[in-house]
Amino acid sequence: MKELSLNILDIAENSIAANASLVSICVTQDSHENLLSIVIADDGKGMDADFLKMVTDPFSTTRKTRKVGMGISLLKLIAEQSNGNLEIISEVGKGTTVKATFQYDHIDRPPLGSVEQTISVLVSCNLNVDFIYEHIFNDKRFKFDTREIKKILKETPMNNPDVILWVQEYIKEGIANITS
Amino acid sequence: MKSLADLEAIRQKTFNKVNLRNESKDDTRIVVGMATCGIAAGARPVMQAFVEEINKRNLSDVYVSQTGCVGLCKYEPIVEVYAAGKEKVTYIKVSPEKVAKIVSEHIVNGKVVDEYTIGAVEK
Ligand SMILES: Nc1ncnc2c1ncn2[C@@H]1O[C@H](COP(=O)(O)OP(=O)(O)OP(=O)(O)O)[C@@H](O)[C@H]1O
Ligand SMILES: [Mg+2]
Repeated sequence: MKELSLNILDIAENSIAANASLVSICVTQDSHENLLSIVIADDGKGMDADFLKMVTDPFSTTRKTRKVGMGISLLKLIAEQSNGNLEIISEVGKGTTVKATFQYDHIDRPPLGSVEQTISVLVSCNLNVDFIYEHIFNDKRFKFDTREIKKILKETPMNNPDVILWVQEYIKEGIANITS
Repeated sequence: MKSLADLEAIRQKTFNKVNLRNESKDDTRIVVGMATCGIAAGARPVMQAFVEEINKRNLSDVYVSQTGCVGLCKYEPIVEVYAAGKEKVTYIKVSPEKVAKIVSEHIVNGKVVDEYTIGAVEK
């Protein structure tokens, strides 16, 4: 994958598959520490300790349509190639947190890419799931929370075409405001 | 600058539209595969192209949605079109360039783009 935002989409799809009702995604850029971190936390069904040990191995999957799961091992590989790592904390019935770190200026670190498209896919295709997107750039912070938005939209769904484009613009501007 | 206040205007606009529209049994659903295989093959820009076409053409009863891996990883990005009263149509190896044609011929005019379907390839 060419953009970390595509890995974010992919990892968040695991949360959806685990029946999460709230998925929080946080991207932190810390230029003093030369660090980029991505945290994806959900309240889905979780994994037990034995399965969790295997999960960074591409052959562990509970999917039925093919034998290999790729998402987590792929992100782990990218993180390690960028002098970072991948860590997963999970508890059955409670949820899962995936944290990937990267050396910010590492030559092999893929660009973050279009986070706004990733979030808009997630929110418009999973109407019954809520999402938080937080972007931290040193001491500045942008936060997006679908629960707030749904309160204003009332009966208008998040997959309304005007809403989708608004979400994309809002996030794009929000990130640009704190990073530029 | 976008602000949360814009949402109230969007709500108002769709509220009026919904009221004008008769019962919406004729929705069309465009479903894009969003498992790792689909995402890695370019599913997100494909979905983005659909969103932009739908917006440009002001199609109010067409929705995008997602599904997981359907076991045909080598054909990703895969797009399924569900139109009311019609059989499901499966498009394979879809690119943003193919989206405009699928929307104008199939979604708007009801004519399936046969050359992009899974049937055309498996023959
Ligand atoms: N957030 C999560 N909550 C619960 N289980 C998870 C979560 N993330 C991953 N898993 C489990 O770990 C397995 C491996 O995940 P991974 O993303 O690597 O592959 P996959 O989702 O099975 O397939 P792919 O990502 O290639 O489409 C999943 O099948 C699932 O059982
Ligand atoms: Mg996965």
